[in-house]
Amino acid sequence: MATIEMKNIVKKYGDGFPAVNDISIDVADGEFVILVGPSGCGKSTLLRMIVGLEDITSGDMIVDGKRVNDLAPRDRNLAMVFQNYALYPHLTVYENIAFPLRLAGKSESEIDQKVREASKTLELDEHLERKPANLSGGQRQRVAMGRAIVRDAKAFLFDEPLSNLDAKLRGQMRTEIARLQKRLGITTVYVTHDQTEAMTLGDRVAVMKRGVLQQLATPRELYEQPVNLFVAGFIGSPPMNFLPATVEGGKVKLPFGDFDLPQEKAAKTEGKGLLMAGIRPEHFEDASVMDGGSDSTFTAKIDVREWLGDQQYAYIPYEAEQQVQDQLKELAKEVDSESLRTQLVVSLDSASRVEEGQEATLHIDTRKMHLFDPSSGDNLTVGL
Amino acid sequence: MNMTKNRVGIVIGCALILGWCLLPVAWIISLSFKSQEAITNGSPGFFPSSGTGAGWKNYEDVLKDDQFKHAIFNSIGISLISTVLSVIIATLAAYAIARLEFRGKRFVLTTALVIAMFPVVSLVSPLFDMWRTFGIYDTWLGLILPYMSFTLPLAIWTLSAFFREIPWEMEQAAQVDGATSWQAFRKVIVPLAAPGVFTAAILTFFFAWNDFVFGISLTSTENARPIPAALSFFVGADPFNRPASLLAAGAVVATIPIIVIVLFFQRKIVAGLTSGAVKG
Amino acid sequence: MTVQTATAPGRVTEESERAKAENTLGRQLVLPAIVLMMVVTAFPMLRALYLSLFDYSLTAPDDRDFVGLSNYWTALSDSLFWRDTANTVMIMVVTVAVELVIGFAFAMVMHRVIFARGVIRTSILIPYGIITVVSGFAWQFAFSNSNGFVNGWLPFMGDDFNWFAQYDSSIIAIMASEIWKTTPFMSLLLLAGLANVSEDMLEAAKVDGATWWQRLYKVILPNMRAAIMVAVLFRALDAYRIFDNIFVMTAGANKTESISFLTYRQTVEQFQLGIGSALSVLLFLSVLVVAFLIVKLFRVDLAQARQE
Repeated sequence: MATIEMKNIVKKYGDGFPAVNDISIDVADGEFVILVGPSGCGKSTLLRMIVGLEDITSGDMIVDGKRVNDLAPRDRNLAMVFQNYALYPHLTVYENIAFPLRLAGKSESEIDQKVREASKTLELDEHLERKPANLSGGQRQRVAMGRAIVRDAKAFLFDEPLSNLDAKLRGQMRTEIARLQKRLGITTVYVTHDQTEAMTLGDRVAVMKRGVLQQLATPRELYEQPVNLFVAGFIGSPPMNFLPATVEGGKVKLPFGDFDLPQEKAAKTEGKGLLMAGIRPEHFEDASVMDGGSDSTFTAKIDVREWLGDQQYAYIPYEAEQQVQDQLKELAKEVDSESLRTQLVVSLDSASRVEEGQEATLHIDTRKMHLFDPSSGDNLTVGL
Repeated sequence: MNMTKNRVGIVIGCALILGWCLLPVAWIISLSFKSQEAITNGSPGFFPSSGTGAGWKNYEDVLKDDQFKHAIFNSIGISLISTVLSVIIATLAAYAIARLEFRGKRFVLTTALVIAMFPVVSLVSPLFDMWRTFGIYDTWLGLILPYMSFTLPLAIWTLSAFFREIPWEMEQAAQVDGATSWQAFRKVIVPLAAPGVFTAAILTFFFAWNDFVFGISLTSTENARPIPAALSFFVGADPFNRPASLLAAGAVVATIPIIVIVLFFQRKIVAGLTSGAVKG
Repeated sequence: MTVQTATAPGRVTEESERAKAENTLGRQLVLPAIVLMMVVTAFPMLRALYLSLFDYSLTAPDDRDFVGLSNYWTALSDSLFWRDTANTVMIMVVTVAVELVIGFAFAMVMHRVIFARGVIRTSILIPYGIITVVSGFAWQFAFSNSNGFVNGWLPFMGDDFNWFAQYDSSIIAIMASEIWKTTPFMSLLLLAGLANVSEDMLEAAKVDGATWWQRLYKVILPNMRAAIMVAVLFRALDAYRIFDNIFVMTAGANKTESISFLTYRQTVEQFQLGIGSALSVLLFLSVLVVAFLIVKLFRVDLAQARQE
C-alpha cells in the first residue's frame, strides 16, 4: 500500500511539445484515482511515467515517500494492466499469473498458493491450464488482473483496461474492478477515455486536456461544478448544452427568451458582455407535466424526440451567430465529438407527450445554470 | 448449381496443382529406377519398361561413390554452418530494425534490398580472384561467407516481420512484472520469436542447399564442392549422353532432405515466405 | 507499410540518454550484418571495377596491362553480348508472364480450397525446395528423345524429335524447367496478397452487380497491386539472373546462353579476369537498369519491397 505523489511532472518529446505539462496530483493510500480526457491528452503518458516505461523530463514522482524518477520499472514494485492485456501467449494462464512471482524467485509452494488464491478471486480456476489465445476477452482481462494482484504491489495501474471489451462485458468488468479494489484497498490509478468508467469507479477524477490538468475532484463535483467549459462539455452524456447568453438586470438573455437568474450568479456575471451559458439536459422539463407549474418557461418547436422508456430526449435546433457556432465547434473537437448543428438537447419526463414538429412549453431551471467566460472558458459561477 | 460448378472447378484446380508439383518429381524417381543399360540403349517412356528396372542398384552405386559422399557431406556441413551463423546475425539486426530507433536503419534496409537483387554471377570473377589471394578458394569458409551474406536479406526480413508482430506491451509488461531487460528478452521475446527464427533458418538452409553458381566457381575439388555442383559434374564427359538414371538417383538423394523439411514444416515455411516477401 | 518507419512520438531532435543508448545499441546490432554484406558484395564489386580496367588473364597473370575502358568497348561492341542480353530479357519476360498467370490461377484455387489444404501447400513447396540443378536434369531427361517421356506424351511430336538440337525448342525446355520451379513461389506470394482482399468487399461488389470478371479486374487485382508488383520485381530480377538451368540443360549450346552464363564463361572457364570483370560490372549495371525500369514502369512501392 502506498501513496503516489506527482509533483510538477513534465514530459517533453523531441519536438519540444509538452505531452504532459506541470501536473501535480497526490493519490492517497488506498484511493482510486481516474485519469480521463480525450485521446492525446497525455493521460497514458502520465501513467507510463508512474510505472517507469517513459522518462520524466522534469518534476518528481514519489511512490510511498521515495523518489522513483530514476528507478527502472522492475524496481518500483507497481502492477500494471495493459490495454491489450499483454498476456504472454506462450505461457498458460497459471504461468502467466505466476510470472512476476517466478521473476522474484519465490518458492514453488508460495507461488502455487498465491496463484490459486488469485485464480479463485477472479474465478479462473477451470482455465488455469489453458493458453491465453483460447480465452474470451473477459477471461483475458481477468488473467491480466490476476497477474497484477499476486504481486503484493504498492499500487495498481490500469491503462484503458476495458476498451477492448464489448459494452455488456465492460459494464460487468467495471463492477468487478471496483469490487476488487475496495476489497484489496489498494492504491489505484486508472486511465480511461470513457466518462462512465471515470464517474463510476473513481474516488477522484483528474480531467486532462492537451497535457494540462483541468480539474481534480470527486465525480459529483466534476458534474455539478465544472471549473471550465472543457470539463463541463466533457463530463456528462448527453453533454451539457451551451448557449450564447448575456446577463443584464438580473436576467439572463438566451436565444429562447429572457429568464430570471439567481442573484449571486447574476452578480458575478452582470454586464460581462456575451457569455456562454451551460445547462444540462435534465435541467429542462416539459412544463405541462410539472406539479405546480413553473415561472421560467419558453416555447420551442421539437425537431426530433427519442423515447427511452424511463426518460426521453428532445432536440431543438436554434440559430446562432457564426462566432458562437465556431466556438461550439472548437469545443466539440476538444472533447472528441462532432457538432453538426447548434441544437438544444433536453431530457424530459417519460410521461411527457410532446410531439415532433409541434411547439412545446419547456421549463428551464436557471439555478443549475453555469455561465462561462467564452474567451478563457472559465466558469464564472463555480461554487454557486 | 453454381456452387457445385465452383466445387468441380476447385477440384480440377487442385488436381492440376498436384500434377504440376509432383509429376516431375515422380518422373525423376521413376528415372532413377531405370537400369543404366536401358538408358544407354534408349528407353523412352515415363516408367521403366519391363525388364529394364534397376531396383536399388543406382542408389547403391551413388552411395558408394566417394565424390558423391563428399559432396553430400560438404553440402550438409556448409549449409548448416551458414544457416546458424546467418540466423544469429540476422536476429540481432532484425531485432534492432523492428524494435529500436537508430540512424542508418533505412541504409540497412536498402542494402538488404540491393543484395537480394544482386546478380551473383557478377561476383564470381572478383571473389574467385580474392578468395585465391586470401587462400580460402576451394574451402568451406569460401562458400560459407557468400551464403551467409546472400541469405541475410531474407532472414532479416522474415525475422523483423516476426519481431514486429510481438506487441511492445509484452516486453513492457515483463519489465513492470520485475524482469531485467535481459530476462524480458530471454523469457518473453525469445520464446515468442522462436518460430520466426526457425522459419528463417529453414529458408536460409534452402538457399545454401540450392546454390549452384558459387558452388561451381569457388571450388575446384571435392574438398568443398557441394551437391548441386557435384551433380552437374557427375561423369559428365558427354553432355548429350549422361548416365541419366544414376544422376536421377543422386538427385533424389539430394532432394530427400528438402522434402523431409517441407513435409514437417510446411506451415512455417509458407508463413516465412509470405511474411518475408509481402507484408500483410 | 508507411515510408517513415514507425517512430515513437518525438525522439527526433532533442536526444534523451535513453534515445542515445538506443541509437548506439541499434547500430551495434546491425553492424555484423552490414559488414558481412559489404565484404562479400560491395568490396568485390569495387575490385571488379578496378580489374575491368586491365587486360588481365589468369593464364598470364604477370602481363597485367592497364587498358582503360577498352574491355567495356570490346564487350559492348560484340554482338554476342547483345544476343545474350536479348535472350535473357526474352526469358525474363516470358517466364514471368507465364508464372504470373499460372501462379495467379493456383493462388485462386488455394485461396478457395477448404479440404486438403495441407497437402496442396506441402506439394506446392516441393518445386520451390528442389535444387534448380535437379529440376534442370529432370526436365532435360524428360525432353530427351532417347530416355524422356515428353515426345511420347505430346501427340504432335515425332518420337525422335531432338529438343536440344535447335534454339527454339531448347529455350522452351529451359523455360519449362524455370517456370515449373518458380511458379509455386509466385503463387504463394499472390496468395498472401489475395488474403488481403476482404470477403466483405467482394460481397459488396457482388451485391452491386459486378460479374466475376469485373470483380477480378475492378476489385481483386487493384487491391493486390502492391503484392503483385513486389512479386514481379523479385521474380523478374531472379529470372534475369538465370544461370543454373542453362548450365545444366544446354551448357549454352544453340545460342541459349544468358548474360550471366556469358560472364561466368569468360571468368571461370576462360580465365579472362579483365574482360570477365568488365562483364560483371555490366551485368550488375544491367540488373540495376532492369530493376529501375520495373520500379518506374509498374510504380512498385519500394518501401514495401524494402519491408519498411
